[in-house]
Amino acid sequence: MSKILTAENISRRFSPHVTLGDRIARLFGAKLDRRPVMAVTDVTLAVQRGETLGLVGESGCGKSTLGRMLAGNLEPSEGAIRLNGAPPMQAGRKTTTHIQTVFQDPFASLNPRRRVGETITEGPIAHGLITRSEAAGFAGEWLAKVGLDPAYVSRFPHQFSGGQRQRIAIARALAMRPEVLICDEPVASLDVSIQAQILNLFLDLRQEFGLTTIFISHDLSVVRHVSDRVAVMYLGRIVELEAAAKLYAAPRHPYTQALLDSVPKLSLEGNIGVSFKPISGELPSPLSPPSGCAFHPRCLKATDLCMTERPKLELDDEYGAVACHHK
Amino acid sequence: MAGFWRDYRENWVATLALAVVVLIVAAALAAPLITPQDPYDLANLNLRDARRPPGFVGSGGYVHWLGTDAQGRDLFSAILYGLRISLQMGIAAGAVAFGIGTALGIMAANIGGKIEQGIMRLVDLQLSFPAILLALVLVAVLGQGRVPLIIALVTAQYAYFARTAYGAATAERQKDYIEAARATPLPGRSIVLRHLLPNCLPPLIVVGTVQIANAISLEATLSFLGLGLPPTEPSLGMLIANGFQYMMSGRTWISVYPGIALIVLIVAINIVGDQLRDQFNPRLRR
Repeated sequence: MSKILTAENISRRFSPHVTLGDRIARLFGAKLDRRPVMAVTDVTLAVQRGETLGLVGESGCGKSTLGRMLAGNLEPSEGAIRLNGAPPMQAGRKTTTHIQTVFQDPFASLNPRRRVGETITEGPIAHGLITRSEAAGFAGEWLAKVGLDPAYVSRFPHQFSGGQRQRIAIARALAMRPEVLICDEPVASLDVSIQAQILNLFLDLRQEFGLTTIFISHDLSVVRHVSDRVAVMYLGRIVELEAAAKLYAAPRHPYTQALLDSVPKLSLEGNIGVSFKPISGELPSPLSPPSGCAFHPRCLKATDLCMTERPKLELDDEYGAVACHHK
Repeated sequence: MAGFWRDYRENWVATLALAVVVLIVAAALAAPLITPQDPYDLANLNLRDARRPPGFVGSGGYVHWLGTDAQGRDLFSAILYGLRISLQMGIAAGAVAFGIGTALGIMAANIGGKIEQGIMRLVDLQLSFPAILLALVLVAVLGQGRVPLIIALVTAQYAYFARTAYGAATAERQKDYIEAARATPLPGRSIVLRHLLPNCLPPLIVVGTVQIANAISLEATLSFLGLGLPPTEPSLGMLIANGFQYMMSGRTWISVYPGIALIVLIVAINIVGDQLRDQFNPRLRR
């Protein structure tokens, strides 16, 4: 398998905007906290052509930021991303159409004042994939491909339900004929009954267009359903990277284990009911990450070594990796 | 759009106000057809008809329903012609201020950095002055006439549009559909013109409506102070000013009727603006 998209030691720092008012306040002795936040720290990743890579973690772990950087929508503060050898973003502008994104909230990601037909055809027209005269038919074809009535091309987003809007957003992304599709929590804001429809649509289209996909979600069962390989993130770093089947069957990082244990499971043995073990403690503030292994304050296996030295993410075969002293 | 109009009609005050605005604009446009006299044609004026009370039948043989002013102008005709000028000035100034202010505000929000700071601090500085003061100074410097007046009104008012456009654009820019447009990627020009601008319009339309009313009243104020258009083509403000000296002698109609016309127009436009604001603001919707 060949690598299509690679990230080398990428980090993303968010520095708060220091305004003139802040500076004046500071001049008079106000103690304003304007430290930068590391959303993603030192991530190295290679996505294989044709695979679906799941990206999971708690809210605030940096998975969306990593996704935005991989998609070429956000520049990394450090490190380099390459799509087929070239960076997807240069000088603050996206330079490729080969990566497209499906956003989390289809109520926010579609321009409310544009007809869905225009929303779908705008990109392809701008990049010369189709001509203006082909636009009407093209939009209808894409609506049909995502399971909507082609007659809807001249409707506005507010005339659709959440699931229908997400179908439109998928059509907009795929109409650009991307090689890589980045899905940032594409079903998180949808009803459970609709989630399955969208996931199945997505699996069909992935097959049809031979897409490489990065699927970001906090929902472990959704990721398991769609992914070939899964990266688990914790506080801006990847802590475990493994083939999906292997990861779910035998998680090696204590955080992955805890994450899987925290999913409520229906058990029919003994007392009928739901059993799950929540992870103790809260996600530490990325403003002051714990020393050593970031997970050590919440980890059952933590030792003195974990508090002082950060474990490296070591590839033990070419496919999987885990960052833990006690794997 | 049909739904918008249905919601609008639910408020009968606003509907009435809109009807009044439409009526006044129509009357002003049709002034040469419905007035008995052209008040700007000095040959039509007869000093024997000056300062006559409402209902007087003058030398022209028609009834002066609202009386006549000090030059013997029929006040009804003068008010309609004055409304033409007031509306022209208000709408022209409002439109130019809308264009310049919106462009500056959206530019500031989009470019950021030093340009953003420069534009917005200038706007803040200007908003901290009363508009009338700025307009007075500008008219005094530029002289009288339509163009200097419009320049003065625009300079006094573009800041409101810039502020509103900036606020709306900074809020809209955060939204996913803009990131989606960048992620396609679409050219910057079409992101601004086709995605950002249309979504910033609702608050700007509201401000625009209110600012037309403000421009009209500002123009009337300047004319009242004698800094507006030349006295041969009196706008409403100048009509009021001309009649002012006769107030104490009981000839109140010369000032009062143009004043009523001005107040009705400004109040009606403001009510329409308020209703638009309520309808564009989903939080105020019932």
